[in-house]
Formats: sequence, C-alpha cells, structure tokens
Amino acid sequence: MATQAATGLPQSIEETMALLEAHDYLAGTALATVLFLALRMKRPLFLEGEAGVGKTEIAKVLAKALDRPLIRLQCYEGLDVASAVYEWNYPAQMLEIRLSEASGKVDRKRVESDIFSERFLIRRPVLQAISSNSGRAPIFLIDELDRTDEAFEAFLLEVLSDFQVTIPELGTIRADEPPVVIITTNRTREIHDALKRRCLYHWVDYPKAAQELEIIRRKVPGCNATLSREVIAYVQRLRTIDLFKNPGVAETIDWATALTELDRLALDPETIADTLGTLLKYQDDIARIEGAEGRKLLSEVKAELLAAS
Amino acid sequence: MTEAREQHRDDVPPQIATGDGRLADNIVFFARALRRAGIKIGPGAIADAIDAVALIGIGGRDAFYAALQCVFVKRHEDQPVFDEAFRLFWRSRGLVEKMIAMMSPLAPERESERQQRRAGETRVSDALLSGHEADRPPRDEPEIEVDARFTVSGRELLRRADFAQMSAAELAEAKRALSALTLPMDRVVTRRFRPSKRQIRIDPRATMRDAMRFGGELILPRFRERRVVHPPLVVLADISGSMSQYTRIFLHFLHALTEERRRVHTFLFGTRLTNVSRQLRNRDPDAAIDDCVATVKDWSGGTRIGETLHEFNRRWSRRVLGQGAIVLLITDGLERDDVADLEIEIDRLHRSCRRLIWLNPLLRFDGFEARARGVRAMLPHVDEFRAVHNLESIGELVKALSGQRSRQADPRRFLDPGRATVTGAHGRWQA
Repeated sequence: MATQAATGLPQSIEETMALLEAHDYLAGTALATVLFLALRMKRPLFLEGEAGVGKTEIAKVLAKALDRPLIRLQCYEGLDVASAVYEWNYPAQMLEIRLSEASGKVDRKRVESDIFSERFLIRRPVLQAISSNSGRAPIFLIDELDRTDEAFEAFLLEVLSDFQVTIPELGTIRADEPPVVIITTNRTREIHDALKRRCLYHWVDYPKAAQELEIIRRKVPGCNATLSREVIAYVQRLRTIDLFKNPGVAETIDWATALTELDRLALDPETIADTLGTLLKYQDDIARIEGAEGRKLLSEVKAELLAAS
Repeated sequence: MTEAREQHRDDVPPQIATGDGRLADNIVFFARALRRAGIKIGPGAIADAIDAVALIGIGGRDAFYAALQCVFVKRHEDQPVFDEAFRLFWRSRGLVEKMIAMMSPLAPERESERQQRRAGETRVSDALLSGHEADRPPRDEPEIEVDARFTVSGRELLRRADFAQMSAAELAEAKRALSALTLPMDRVVTRRFRPSKRQIRIDPRATMRDAMRFGGELILPRFRERRVVHPPLVVLADISGSMSQYTRIFLHFLHALTEERRRVHTFLFGTRLTNVSRQLRNRDPDAAIDDCVATVKDWSGGTRIGETLHEFNRRWSRRVLGQGAIVLLITDGLERDDVADLEIEIDRLHRSCRRLIWLNPLLRFDGFEARARGVRAMLPHVDEFRAVHNLESIGELVKALSGQRSRQADPRRFLDPGRATVTGAHGRWQA
C-alpha cells in the first residue's frame, strides 16, 4: 500500500473520479471503477465506443493527473515492427563499420557487438513504453487498434501479457514496472478474443444530458446557460434519430464553441443550418436535418425546455 | 461440454482463497450462468472477477456491477445478456443488497415494473434454471409449404430451412472450383514488406545482419518488396423465397470461401439481416450450415432489400468495411418495398466499399433486361453486375465471378437497352 501511495495512484473509486474531475474529465461510476481496477490489477484497459466519445482523452487526462509521460502509438494498416517497436540506425551503423575498417582493427565479434548496441537502436513507442527508466511507468496509449491488422494484434499479445520485447541481436528487454496500457478502438473491425481476454473491457457510451451539460460548462466557458442547455437537448435528441453517424461529445464541444464564437444566444433554424457542419459529418445526415425534420426537432426541443423551466 | 463433466464440476467447488468464501462461490456460480447464457468466459476471468471485487470492496451496486462487467463482458453485443443476468442473479439472491445493507444504510432498490421481455432474458433464465425448464417442448412451428420461389413479398415469414448435407465428392469439387476463383481487384498492396529477389528496394536490416557474417568487410545488398494480400470480403446474400433454390449452393460456397480466406464476413438477409460469419467459421461444412440454419429466422420468406441494407449500413458497414473491403451482393433485386429507399441505401453501400459486385442468379435466359424497379434502382450503384444462368454448382458460381471480363460486367450495359446486344434463343426475360 505504501508504495502505491508513493506512486500517486488513487486508492478508491471515488478518488479516481475526483482525480479525473480535477482535470476536467467527467467519468461515471462505471468508467471510474474500471480505471481504478486497471491501475490496481495492472491490467491493460480496453476502451471501445463510437468516435468522439472521449476514449483517447482518458489516456491524456490520466497522464496529466498521475504526472506520468504519455507514449502514444497511433495504429494504421500495415503497422510493422520497424515503426512500432524498434529500428536500427543503418547509416550510423555503416559509418561505424567504415570507421573500424579505417582504423585497421577488424575483430568480427567486436564489430558485431558494437554495431548492434543500444547506441544504434532507435526506440519506437512500444519499446519506449517498456524500457522507460524514469522511475515511473508511463501511460501507454495504443490508439485505434482496429485500424491495424491481425498480425500486429498477435504481436501485442506478448507485449501485453509479459511486458517484454525480444530483439534478436540484443536480447529480451523487460519492463521494470509495467506501463499503464490503454487501448482504444472504434469497432471498425472485431478485435480477437485472445487480446480482449488480457484486458479489462469498457464500452464508452455517449454521456447523459446532465453530464454533457457539465462537460460543455467546463470545456466551453464562454457558452451561456440557455444556449448550452439548448445545444445539449438538441444533440441528445439528435442521437435518438436514425442518423448514419451520431454526433459525439467532441462534436458537441465543437458546435458549442462555434455558436459561442458567432455570439449566438439561442438556437434558431438558420444558425443550425449554417453550423451543422461542425455537428454532422455526412452529407445525407446534413441534408436530412437541414430540412423539415430539423425544424421539427428544434421546436420539440424548445417546447421541452420551456416545460422543464 | 458434456453433462457429466459439468456435474463433476458442480460437486467439487474450486478452492479460492479470499476473505469471503461465500462471495467467491457466488461469483463462480454467476460466471457459470453467464457461460451457459452464451457469453465466453475463461477460468482466468473468474479469478480476475474475484480479484476485482476484492479490490473495490463492497462499495455500491454500481461499482460492483462495473467491476464484474469489465471482466466478464468482452464484446458490446454481450452487454444486454450480462445486464439481465446480473439483474436476475444478484437480485434473486439479494446478495448485493445484503452486503450493502451491512456496510451502509442505503435504501434497497425498488422492484421495477416489467413491461416486456428484455433482450437476453430467455437465454439467461434458461441458463439459470437449466434442467428444470430446458426440457420443455420447442414452440410449435407452423408447417407451411408455400412455393414462393417466383413470387416476391415484403411479408415476414419466419421459417426454418433444411438443406441436404454435402457429399465428399461435392466437397472436393467445391475446393477445386474455389481455387480458380479470382475476384476483380482482389489484391491490395500493404505497407508491410517481404524479402524479394527483385532489386528495386533495399532491405537495410537484412543487409546489415548479413554483413555481420563477414565481419562488416563485405556488405551485399538484400532486397525487399511490398507484401500483397487479399482485401476483406463481405458477402450479403439474399435467402428469400425467390432465391431459395440457390441458397444451398451459396451457403456451401460461402463456407468454403471462409475456410480459404481469412477475412470473410457473411450476412444473410430476407426480411431481416443476420450475421453468420462466426457460424460459417466452423470447420465442418454441415455443422456450419446447421448453425446458420439455427441462427437465421427468415428462411425463404419475403424480401426487404432496402431495409436490410439500411440495417447493414448503420450497424455493420463501419465494422466490416474497413481496410478496403470488396462487397459481394447476391440477390435477384426483386424488391417489394419503396425503391427510393433502396436506391439511397445501395448508394451509401457503394460509397463505403472498395468494389461492389452484384451477382444475380435469376437470369435464366440470355436476353436480360433490367425492367424490375428494384433492379433499375440498384444497377447504377454497383461496380460490376455478374449474372449466372442455370446455377447448379459452385463451379458455375466461381466461373461467373471470375470468368467474365470486367467490361462485360459493366452495369450500364443493362440499363441502356440499345447496348444490350445479346438476344437469347429462349426469348427475353422480363421482370
């Protein structure tokens, strides 16, 4: 227990929630519990959810709150060991061989161990995360894992269960203290069960109205109370209809910021039509909401707010 | 899992060293109930769950729920089943409440009214009460024999299907035919490399490692090239009444295809959309098709192409169409619902995939003209229109998919009657 207090990890679910809130991230009980457990059980946290619900943000906030370095691995199709784990500095190696030739001493063993030494090793995110020697384990964010392919997923299995990486020329590198791993996916592809089994799973959902209102209050300070209430009610209503892509929290923040910048005090059909691009990202959806359906939605929202006040 | 083994496990509860033996036992029971309800849970997860609950202490129902959930639920689809199991299991035993009551004076949760059966409820209650109720007779299935082959309807008709099993000869034939399959645009270059003899791109790592064999005196270049793979394949197959005579061939074709290639997602649709990718991954073709039959509820019923495409676009397209997928749409295009909706959905599908291939097996005669409204609505939005005459074997299916040149498969050829030059001896087929 004493060591945990020293590393600054939260000691309870409430503390976890307070810690995140202090850095302007509002987490529900479920998320706080999972996060607390991931930290205590030293297991990777697997976050799945629609785009723009704040999955990546959790890792960033956690790094800030725990005052630890954040190492981010952005996944993409065809991500390979050379760009994810390590690479040798080939020009420098060539130069080294040339130099040893010029100085006349050619000892095969010596040259080999010189060439493949840590000096010439370029550390990519995975290696950085497990060989960090700053004394505190970093937050290791593996972002959008679904964008890469199964081969890389299989490689991650070793990293995530033993926190070690094997470099043929150098040997096995093991983490002194395992990093806090956070994996996010948008579900554009199913991740294999074997990987998920090693993690704690959490589905990040859209926030409830009250929570989203609080998020806007914190993230867009200039947004007045009436406008933000209308914005939230409108967005929440928008999520209930059958759109191709529902707006996430990030879009809500963008929209509120845009409206604030335009000095609007309340929503009206023209303003919505002008700024809809910040909220909806597909032409089909925009065309639908710009028309009669959007007007109906707005009048419903206004009536609802009037009834509530 | 055999009954006997299950019995044995029930007799010998696992020894788990935690402070509260009762709670650990209950978690084990709970996990077992979840497993029976169809959620995949390994033994490691149970140990994790006990750890997790020990760590949070008994804080509140929410935290307890969240702790079990993050360990047991690994797929978002399992969420409703887990919710229902949690509600039933931990309410009926009153465990959580008892423990909370011991720790803090919180009001017990009120019994919520139940309006309708929730998702997963049947499965969960079956799992919890297995042995007592599991033997009840299956619901009466109306035995209706309707020959709906050449009629189209939007009516939902839930039926089970029965397919003849596959013979060894057929299986061998299917394998052979499939090896000849070449879909259009079926290769994508990835960012990964593999060693190569072609002296275009130097592989510095291999070069360096090789050079060390000579102590760095001799540096011979080694080469590499981009790896080429098949893109994912997504199949949307119509199983409605008008297609029923081909369904067996399609299912076997899809099974063989799933076995041969790694990334194949299969959806069957009539009046509703069913994802059978997992079922088709079963190695044995008959077992796989039995699984499909059990999963799909709308065999040989009506067709709602627009509606099912809409569901696919909304629920699945972003999950399976990544990484440049090719979509193979197998349908006769005879749509009963509003064609305007169908056009919007097929357009959306077309814009979300790399290549949309439409395979239409209803062309019994050579002189096909696109007259049906559904067909006319869909044709402008597909990249290739492949037609099959007299589909009777997987070989013919493969030939249709890979045999024709792409120019012949141009869908515009069928929209403009002046350009349709082939006229069959059997007369024109009109819809």
